[in-house]
Amino acid sequence: MKERFNYLFGSTKGLILVAIAMIAIVTAIWGMLSGPMAEMGVREVVIKLLGMKIEQSEREGRIIILYHSIAMAVVAIETYMVTGLLKMKEFYKTAVRVLITVGYMLAMIFGMGFAYFGHNWAFHGLYITGLALIFFAGVLLTIALNPWDPAYFITDTNYARTKKGVDLERAAFFTTALTTVISALFGAIPGSYYGHGFESFLAENIIRYPEKTTMEYSIIGHLHIMLALIGIMITLIIGRWLDFKGAWHKIAMPLMILGCIVLNLGVWGVVTPLEPIAHMIIYVGATPSMLAALFLLIWSWNKFIKEGTAHLAKPTFLQKLGAMVRDPLKFGPTWQMLFMNFTTSGIGIFMAIKLDDIFRLWPAREERIELTGHWHALSAIIATIILLYYGDMIGLKGKVRQLYGWGIIFLSDLALGAVTIFEMKRLFISEAEQQPLVNMLMYMIDFGLGFLLVLLAVVMVWRLIDLFKPKGRWTEEMTHELAQEVAK
Amino acid sequence: MKRLFLTLSLLAALLASCAPVDLNAPLPVYDTGVDPTSWAQVPAGEFLFGQHEEVKSTDAYEIMVTDVTTQQYADFLNAALADGTIKVEGNSVLGYYPGDPFHGIKHELEIKAGDWQYIPLADPSQRVKFDGTRFTVQEGYENHPMTMVTWFGAWGYCQYYGWRLPSELEWEKAARGTDARPFPWGWEIQRNNANFYASRDPFEDMRTFGSRSTPVGFYNGNAYDGYQTLDSRSPYGLYDMAGNVWQWIGDVQPMEGFSDRWLKGGSKDTYDMDLRIWVRNSAPPMYFSPGVGFRCVR
Repeated sequence: MKERFNYLFGSTKGLILVAIAMIAIVTAIWGMLSGPMAEMGVREVVIKLLGMKIEQSEREGRIIILYHSIAMAVVAIETYMVTGLLKMKEFYKTAVRVLITVGYMLAMIFGMGFAYFGHNWAFHGLYITGLALIFFAGVLLTIALNPWDPAYFITDTNYARTKKGVDLERAAFFTTALTTVISALFGAIPGSYYGHGFESFLAENIIRYPEKTTMEYSIIGHLHIMLALIGIMITLIIGRWLDFKGAWHKIAMPLMILGCIVLNLGVWGVVTPLEPIAHMIIYVGATPSMLAALFLLIWSWNKFIKEGTAHLAKPTFLQKLGAMVRDPLKFGPTWQMLFMNFTTSGIGIFMAIKLDDIFRLWPAREERIELTGHWHALSAIIATIILLYYGDMIGLKGKVRQLYGWGIIFLSDLALGAVTIFEMKRLFISEAEQQPLVNMLMYMIDFGLGFLLVLLAVVMVWRLIDLFKPKGRWTEEMTHELAQEVAK
Repeated sequence: MKRLFLTLSLLAALLASCAPVDLNAPLPVYDTGVDPTSWAQVPAGEFLFGQHEEVKSTDAYEIMVTDVTTQQYADFLNAALADGTIKVEGNSVLGYYPGDPFHGIKHELEIKAGDWQYIPLADPSQRVKFDGTRFTVQEGYENHPMTMVTWFGAWGYCQYYGWRLPSELEWEKAARGTDARPFPWGWEIQRNNANFYASRDPFEDMRTFGSRSTPVGFYNGNAYDGYQTLDSRSPYGLYDMAGNVWQWIGDVQPMEGFSDRWLKGGSKDTYDMDLRIWVRNSAPPMYFSPGVGFRCVR
């Protein structure tokens, strides 16, 4: 029992498994409270069965706590990955992991308890305590990642570095962690303001107001930048896992640092007199960040092709393509980043360009669908990238690896593609004629997300059964660190 | 073989999703017994406004018990056409609107004085028909709320009779009364309280045309061919203040540079969360939809 506890809460892979399981449970239960499940009447059954106390006027507040509960677990997973992949002092590694684990569990368990099961104020206090611990873990992680510590200087010229030897990839991790901690304050400060008066709002509901308060701007900036930073961090993690290096790495890392800083400055600028040009600064910052991700994609796909066709003298296009997609777990993360441009960036840019000509002529509710749709899609894509990496982490091989990897890619892309068409449907179909199309899209979304959750559930059940075995896979995972498995 | 079957099945499903919707599919006809010409009195005084229950007050006013019906709107069009208040140009009914204040703020639309579209005539969802001389109503829709009407068309209707569109404060007070209830009838919502998305009313078929409007005053506690409704009046006796169709609000530029008009009440096309009294939707005043109607105050 003690060994299993040590595995689950003392090893990188165990900690990640626990966090994924926690998210899966929350997603499965709370996913039944909205959308088609609500239409079918499942919501009412779940509410009664679990004894939830749902106040109509508190919906927005509940949802904010739900988002935070899931997001904190995702941030914890990324933190485990960072602390498992990068060198740091053992004290920091342990302290960060303890703090963030206790933090996200407190935030999730007591946050959801407070939001959905009556207002026990002790629960709210523990939820806030959890968030504070996560913040403190972030501060410690930033210190641990200090790229100017000579102990972490690098000499290998294959990687982006300064003349002195400062590891620019580590600097990118450091920048992302530091800006994440600062950006958290942009949510925490207005959060305490609104929480004090028990007033809450969802940003998508006030998007058309020409004048917003500083606190409202701060919230809007916070939610955008935190998701963007989670996206930047997972890109860096995937790069480290695949051992990103060479010329592309040397260009990408400075771009990643620059993009991250400028992007943050733009977002923070929304609460300053720079607000009118904040969006322009954000675009300027987003471009180098996305270019860096593109360079990772180019480098990694080229690597897969070279490795997969090394035995062939003159590989054909199809052979190259086959080599590129041979391993869905390694090809998948960067493919998902590319697909993200269809569901998120592309939609966002199109909306920005055509906002006054098209989207502002529609009702605000239509715009809300697009706004919430595109960031739900981005969140889901980040989740699938984590799951793809996790599949490699737990050593999936052969047909199971193919099935798991392609299952995640196909199911998520099917669902998110349908979500994107749903968001944009008014461009090509009228409200009165949309129902059959909406039905079809909903089937695709439900099929994709439903079976994705089933796939995840199968993995979770398998891992649960494995935990009961004296010499299960978990015993091997206890001693393996992510850094040892880079580019294996 | 399996792959072929799967591909064909997907293709068939995709084609089915592209099948045209019969916008004139037969609909049940019910007399709800609610008089659409009746008015409710709302006394002056304080009430709780918005989700966070700010204390606000209004003067006394009267508000229509139901949304303006298609028949009422057709009658207005005939009268207004006869006296020259409106005109028909192409496939539009036009009327004069004196314009909005304009501040040149980002995303603000400039609404100038001039003739604006009240209703489109050629849209297949339009239930008011024009034969070149008279406006009539498509059979079965007489007691349904008037939809496919722009804010100008709603404003023009109320103006014509010396009334006006309600302000947001007036609308919310009429829907809520003086307590903090989220729905006009009380604290919780059931499927037979109102017409909302997938609420399974007799006018809905989610496989084909989806949700359609219900006659005004439909949710009054009566049973219609076995479909039992709940009496869902607001504290002042108004029907359909949640669901069925969104309702245009009269406020012009409630915030400087905000050229949209509020829409309140949720509709047949939205989930129950949008039926909560304080929820705001908005659209530019030239917008029209099968899910948007209005009522007047005086």
